[in-house]
Amino acid sequence: MSDTVKNSLLFALVFTLIILSGFFQGWNNAMFILNMGIISAIMALGVNLQWGFAGLFNVGVMGFVALGGLAAVLLGMPATPGAFAAGGAGVVLALLLGIGTLVAASFTYKRMPSGRNRNLAMMAILVFGFFAFRGILDPNVALIEAVNPAATGYLGGLNPGTDETYRDNGWIMLLAWPVGGLFAAGAAWLIGKAALGLRSDYLAIATLGIAEIVIAMMKNEDWLTRGVKNVIGVPRPVPYELDLQNSAAFVERAASLGFDPVEASTLWVKLLYALLFAVVLGIIFWLSQRALNSPWGRMLRAIRDNEVAAEAMGKDITARRLQVFIIGSAICGIAGAMMTTLDGQLTPGTYQPLRFTFLVWVMVIVGGSGSNLGAILGGFLVWFLWVQVEPIGLFVMNILTSGMAEDNWLRLHLIESAAQMRLMTMGVIMILVLRFSPRGLIPEK
Amino acid sequence: MDFLNAIVALANYVLIPGITYGSQLAIGALGVTLVYGILRFSNFAHGDTMAFGTMITILATWWLQSMGVSLGPLPTALLALPIGILGCIVLVLVIDRSVYRFYREQKAKPVILVIVSMGVMFVMNGIIRFIIGPDDQSFSDGPRFIISARDFKTMTGLDEGLGIRTTQVITVVTAIIVVALLFWFLNKTRSGKSMRAYSDNEDLALLSGINPERVVMLTWIIVAALATIAGTLYGLDKSFKPFTYFQLLLPIFASAVVGGIGSPLGAIAGGFVIAFSEVTITYAWKKVLVYLMPDSLEPSGLVQLMSTDYKFAVSFVILLIVLLFKPTGLFKGQSI
Repeated sequence: MSDTVKNSLLFALVFTLIILSGFFQGWNNAMFILNMGIISAIMALGVNLQWGFAGLFNVGVMGFVALGGLAAVLLGMPATPGAFAAGGAGVVLALLLGIGTLVAASFTYKRMPSGRNRNLAMMAILVFGFFAFRGILDPNVALIEAVNPAATGYLGGLNPGTDETYRDNGWIMLLAWPVGGLFAAGAAWLIGKAALGLRSDYLAIATLGIAEIVIAMMKNEDWLTRGVKNVIGVPRPVPYELDLQNSAAFVERAASLGFDPVEASTLWVKLLYALLFAVVLGIIFWLSQRALNSPWGRMLRAIRDNEVAAEAMGKDITARRLQVFIIGSAICGIAGAMMTTLDGQLTPGTYQPLRFTFLVWVMVIVGGSGSNLGAILGGFLVWFLWVQVEPIGLFVMNILTSGMAEDNWLRLHLIESAAQMRLMTMGVIMILVLRFSPRGLIPEK
Repeated sequence: MDFLNAIVALANYVLIPGITYGSQLAIGALGVTLVYGILRFSNFAHGDTMAFGTMITILATWWLQSMGVSLGPLPTALLALPIGILGCIVLVLVIDRSVYRFYREQKAKPVILVIVSMGVMFVMNGIIRFIIGPDDQSFSDGPRFIISARDFKTMTGLDEGLGIRTTQVITVVTAIIVVALLFWFLNKTRSGKSMRAYSDNEDLALLSGINPERVVMLTWIIVAALATIAGTLYGLDKSFKPFTYFQLLLPIFASAVVGGIGSPLGAIAGGFVIAFSEVTITYAWKKVLVYLMPDSLEPSGLVQLMSTDYKFAVSFVILLIVLLFKPTGLFKGQSI
């Protein structure tokens, strides 16, 4: 059986599973799995670029995804009237001052001869800069957060519309996706500059840390993200269900196909999303595939497989790693912005490392690290399992405990905990794949 | 008098919590550093190993409480601790046999083992959530305070109270005992010496007839014990929540790396460095400064350098600084 046949069969299997879930659990649910599956596949492509191509161990995917979500809010939402006038200039000034402090400190570090004087000078710059930064930032943040705190209390975004009309500018979300990638790329540049020269374990710990910090920032900097109050009503690039239901032409067409208007509108919206996402996935897949087979991709794999030899050939290892780290993280950022668009809201409290970092890793490992097609397959398959393990677990538990009395404590506990089955299942799948099929479902060629 | 008040406030809000948290981190970091030294990978499942041991301890505590057993003024959990340690040892050894050993025999690259430990982390996390659920559990009993802030005020006549919680004293005492035992074991016993030899130079250790499987088994037993003790102490002091334990991974790694990964002494020093930085940077200093500054200079704000939610940022920044300027850590750990 040739590779093409095998791969097509694997993909056919996954899509059959999704279609089956449509028959059994409703098409709405199946479309949700499909949409999130595409987003997961994009995240997996990003991680595969870093791990599969270059052997970089990034466990901060969650942070880059969240930064993408931030971009969706900053572009999609309308500016809060009066908020920027209240404290915007001050915040910008404070941020510039903060950046200036860091630049000055690193300049001092590079230019002054090492010794006590340099340390003292750097300390002085950092301490003074920090207090000046906080001194300007805090009052201005308070001013911004005081603007209508119940409804906004943050700067808002760049959407040209007003509070009533901003939803009409849904096209802006399409811009937000690449901007999300840019945000993630910026963060990746910072972290990569600092940590890529070190060995792989340290990069893992550093990225783990940066992800937690990004989430802490999004939860606390209310002036930027509304924090745990969440931003809801992010506009969308596709029509709203209600508008569709009010349009006579749409209702008529739905009726002619035998759908009722409510169901038809939700499905149509999800289908449009799926098409948009599929286009993005297609572009990123095509680019990754080109990269994989280009001299650049071969160089990365050479660095991954034998660092010393690659260096001896005159390849700039750290620069190449930084490059691929930034690109991979940017892809995760794009996926994050798409996810926030799909959800229509930014909820910093829901970003969990197990779901957004480690699950993506399971996708890459299961799909086959180093293979783009594998990453996509892993994204769909593992996401499908992640969604379906819960009902399956409940079903299994119900069968296992069917002999027990209704109020047996063990039965109640087992049924109640069935929801927790998914973590264990993912872990077991990951360990088994690593052990018995370390190259994944679609191995690297 | 103002000066004394300032010192008491400082002790109450910074020193004592810092020492307690530092001891917990130190014991946690010892586990990470031992795994690194002997098995040569960063164990991402360590936070969940701590949570698993603590969970068994909690279950045993509940069982003991239902039998009416108690330790008087001390929390029952101390009596349940050996059961938790045993449970954790069993799990860790089973995982080592079924999962890690294969890669050891293959001589797999360390990063593969790190990824495998991610899988183990998922499984352990799943087991914990399956058995005890994802919610907060409080299992501390007995009197909460040795000296309450109010008693201290009436005793000394100062304006500031100094409250010492039972769990804080227990943490520090246990930590001292554990560390003393561990160092005695590593430095004085034959098995401990063979562990250190194996960590220093694997091939030479094998040549001199040290059984590697035995060393690895001993390591896991010690790591499981340390993890359970650290987890239980943390849980007694704060509360038990599986997700919090997962998040402890970052400060624990930071402690181990700051001290010099692979060096037990470094892990302890690193634990305290991280703990004190976290506490001092996220503490609102107004209370202390009010006593020290003249009235005219009294600070208007809270004088809090960073909100408590950014405590991860503190351990992270320290970690980065150490990695950039002194990659072997404070105590010359293995340069990796």
